Amino acid sequence: MASLKALKIRIGSVKSTQKITKAMKMVAAAKLRRAQEAAVAGRPYAERLESVMASLASKVTISASSPKLLAGTGSDQVHLIVVATSERGLAGAFNTNIVRAARKKAEELTNAGKTVRFYVAGKKGRAVLRRFHAKQIAHDFELGHIKKLAFSDAQALAEDITARYEAGEFDVAHLFYAKFQSALVQEPTGQQIIPVAVPKGAADTGASAAVEYEPDEEAILADLLPRNVAIQIFRAMLENAASEQGSRMTAMDNATRNAGDMINKLTIQYNRTRQAAITTELIEIIAGAEAL
Amino acid sequence: MALHFELVTPERLVRSEEVHMVVVPGTEGEFGVLQGHAPFMSTVRDGDLAIYKTENGEPVKIRIEGGFAEVNEKGLTVLAERAEG
Repeated sequence: MASLKALKIRIGSVKSTQKITKAMKMVAAAKLRRAQEAAVAGRPYAERLESVMASLASKVTISASSPKLLAGTGSDQVHLIVVATSERGLAGAFNTNIVRAARKKAEELTNAGKTVRFYVAGKKGRAVLRRFHAKQIAHDFELGHIKKLAFSDAQALAEDITARYEAGEFDVAHLFYAKFQSALVQEPTGQQIIPVAVPKGAADTGASAAVEYEPDEEAILADLLPRNVAIQIFRAMLENAASEQGSRMTAMDNATRNAGDMINKLTIQYNRTRQAAITTELIEIIAGAEAL
Repeated sequence: MALHFELVTPERLVRSEEVHMVVVPGTEGEFGVLQGHAPFMSTVRDGDLAIYKTENGEPVKIRIEGGFAEVNEKGLTVLAERAEG
């Protein structure tokens, strides 16, 4: 049985851990609210861009001369998997889930005889992927310097990826991130970002038939496509940020509760030990007095 | 007799209001949009967006960068990558 002193130290240490996890939970909750607001604020732009893309794409026929971002390179041999993870750990299974989804996809593609390369954003995904797929990592992208996620950050990433695409480094790009559903549920999601999957024209109403374009449809579309890639990435990063905080909040809540249970258990053990020690002492004294 | 005008960036909805006229810096020249403008779509160059709340009032200027403008039966929507104001 542990000594009284050891128990006391142990209780103290669990108590301070609980304080930390509790604080982290509060911080994550506050950050989650902000991240959620940012994700909601980004929605109108994405929605409008999507409807414009749909109406434009229904007017432009895909031919050899159309932009590569829309038409593809004509092959699908080399796949690039963009994995968006977080910069910090202690967020439950958040990063693990994203990486697992990405690796599953990679395995599928590899089994189908394709070449798979990784493009990692965020420190936590990099560590895992480096262990398993060190040779396949095309590039990793640090997010550590970003305090508040801005569109320009996503744009820089999108530009880099698009440039690699233009240089013929890969044929198809997938993006993996965690879609935010609630603080409890974050769903790892994969989607194809290059070539651009054009939403099919439900948004196309009769009224838009007479739209005038300046310069012309193709030029506008060529201008929009890289922007669309950037906005997809931006959206994923926003969702990811919200998911990360949600996941951390849940994980830290569990940890705090766990620490509470542990403190209770240890306190009971401590009290029992103390009482046992007192009882033994009393018996010794009484026995000593009787002997006289 | 008001034009519904929206200015949206990836980060937020900057403006959504009823105005008299908006002058947009299109890639092929500036164009003014009033209520009942024909459906139209144009890319936008970096420049000032001038918003006229009333017919004779002073315009409010917002600097925008990169994007495009769409006019449809609902009004004018400007999607910009960056906007100040």
